[in-house]
Amino acid sequence: MSDIAAPANAEVDQDRRGFLTFATTATGVIGVAFAAVPFIESWNPSERARAAGAPVEVNLAKIDPGQMLTVVYRKKPMYIVHRTPEMLAALPGHDDRLKDPHSKSSIQPDYAKNDLRAVRPDFLVVEGTCTHLGCLPKARFEKALPELGADWPGGFQCPCHGSRFDLAGRVFDGSPASTNLRIPQYSYPNDQTLIIGVDATTGAA
Amino acid sequence: MAANDDTLPVRTGFLGWLNKRLPVDAFIRDQLTGYFAPKNFNFWYFFGVLSLVALVIQLVTGIFLTMHYKVGEATAFDSVQYIMREVPYGWLLRYMHSTGASAFFIVVYLHMFRAFLYGSYKAPRELLWLFGMFVYLALMAEAFMGYVLPWGNMSFWGAQVIVNLFGTIPVIGPGLVEWIRGDYGIADATLGRFFSLHVVAVPLVLLLLVALHLIALRQNGSNNPDGIEIKEKKGADGRPLDGIPFHPYYTLKDLVGVGVFLIGFAIVVFFVPTFGGLFLEAPNFEPANPLSTPDEITPVWYFTPYYAILRAVPDQRLGALLMALSIICFIVLPWLDRSPVKSSRYRPLTWKLALAIFVVSFIGLGYLGMQKPEGIYVLLARIFTVLYFAFFALMPLYTRGESTSRVPERVTFSSH
Repeated sequence: MSDIAAPANAEVDQDRRGFLTFATTATGVIGVAFAAVPFIESWNPSERARAAGAPVEVNLAKIDPGQMLTVVYRKKPMYIVHRTPEMLAALPGHDDRLKDPHSKSSIQPDYAKNDLRAVRPDFLVVEGTCTHLGCLPKARFEKALPELGADWPGGFQCPCHGSRFDLAGRVFDGSPASTNLRIPQYSYPNDQTLIIGVDATTGAA
Repeated sequence: MAANDDTLPVRTGFLGWLNKRLPVDAFIRDQLTGYFAPKNFNFWYFFGVLSLVALVIQLVTGIFLTMHYKVGEATAFDSVQYIMREVPYGWLLRYMHSTGASAFFIVVYLHMFRAFLYGSYKAPRELLWLFGMFVYLALMAEAFMGYVLPWGNMSFWGAQVIVNLFGTIPVIGPGLVEWIRGDYGIADATLGRFFSLHVVAVPLVLLLLVALHLIALRQNGSNNPDGIEIKEKKGADGRPLDGIPFHPYYTLKDLVGVGVFLIGFAIVVFFVPTFGGLFLEAPNFEPANPLSTPDEITPVWYFTPYYAILRAVPDQRLGALLMALSIICFIVLPWLDRSPVKSSRYRPLTWKLALAIFVVSFIGLGYLGMQKPEGIYVLLARIFTVLYFAFFALMPLYTRGESTSRVPERVTFSSH
């Protein structure tokens, strides 16, 4: 074996050494970033979870006027309310007490971005999770409930932090939630059937 | 510390063999018998060692609970009931673990208050404080994920609320929430990852951070109630005049504190393990039900101050932001406090008043976080939130050029 002497400082090409240090570090960082991909991706919903999130069909004949049906779509409750003419008549009367009466900053498909927040006026389809922190708002359909005040037009109230919504899922002033109840994609394949998760624009979810 | 071998005992036989291969004697000398701590420690100096005791309780009971717990949507709740009813002494292991979590936070909060009281976060101990804060953050993550594991209804809805907080982040929020949950709601996938993090990943991080916290502590030594550096006054033998060897003096003193702590701990474990719903909440005795929200969602007591801040704000994005900010305030504390003096003993009334207001606000928020957000409580939560942030935000102003009293040269100490 021949002796290997460390080169004197003067002989070191600092530019070359700097470049090599940089190149080695950069290669290592890029390698680690690529290696992290499978670990990070493994946290996304699995194929099974995606399959379980398939669209849900509802037979509307089962819901009497004034009644509500809850179905589960993608682990979230969906409220389907059969609104009576009286319920619909009360909706335009309280725009001044709403945070977002015309749903400008709320989440809904374009076809539900109207003052009734629905495709068909008689059926309200909303996601039953409070836009504040995801609790389930409770149905409070009777008008002027004592604990909600004489001017209560009927709607939903969240048991967690007291957010209140009207029968179009629009949030009242003074609620911790900032936006109206979310509306999922949905469509009516025929008069008596509602399908949540599929609409005309997407075809299939 | 220079390893002068003449300060080490002369070893022959097995101990000689051992010390040649592993620096046992040198470690004992450098870290225990030759490590000098200020002689004027008071009651507040128990809580560091008690945090270590709580950590050990959680690690040991946690290891044994893991042997019986069955992760999974369908099995988690039942396996906890199985531990409580059928595993020999399972109830004791679980109550020690659940009480241990609250005990951990009690001693950590008192430990943090001690730092406020005596300026232990100030130069040259900013990094020590920073590592401590990272321990606190890891502890909060650990406690939150541990609370989800029994898969009770409060576990489920607590996870729902906290995970949804990430959804308030602009642009990436909704995708981030789906990624954290691994499903379209809190589900089996969420429980699985929280279990893995709670049992393996976070404890490893926690141990590493505790090690860094202790190494940073040894670098400059402990602060003390007078807030003066004992290393600046050394005797002819090079030892701090106001220091005493950590062992046997403080190890024995701490042993008394540990004894008292364990008595209190045992009383809670055996007689009031749920602590009136504060340590274990009533809705968590029901299995998780995604379609039924508990009447009132409140976190366990140690999170309620932040929860009260979150709810005090009528806008959810701003609320989540303020909540995050309220924790970040602690992290930047060493750079907010501009006073040249460490200990509150020699700081003016303005500081003492500010600290008192902060403590009242923090405890007040903690109380309000457990109450229904209505009526006067909302207003009070808003007032306390403003005071909480004022304490930190205005600190550079009211501590700069503070009229401090004269700090003594040596620690104040009287033997009993």
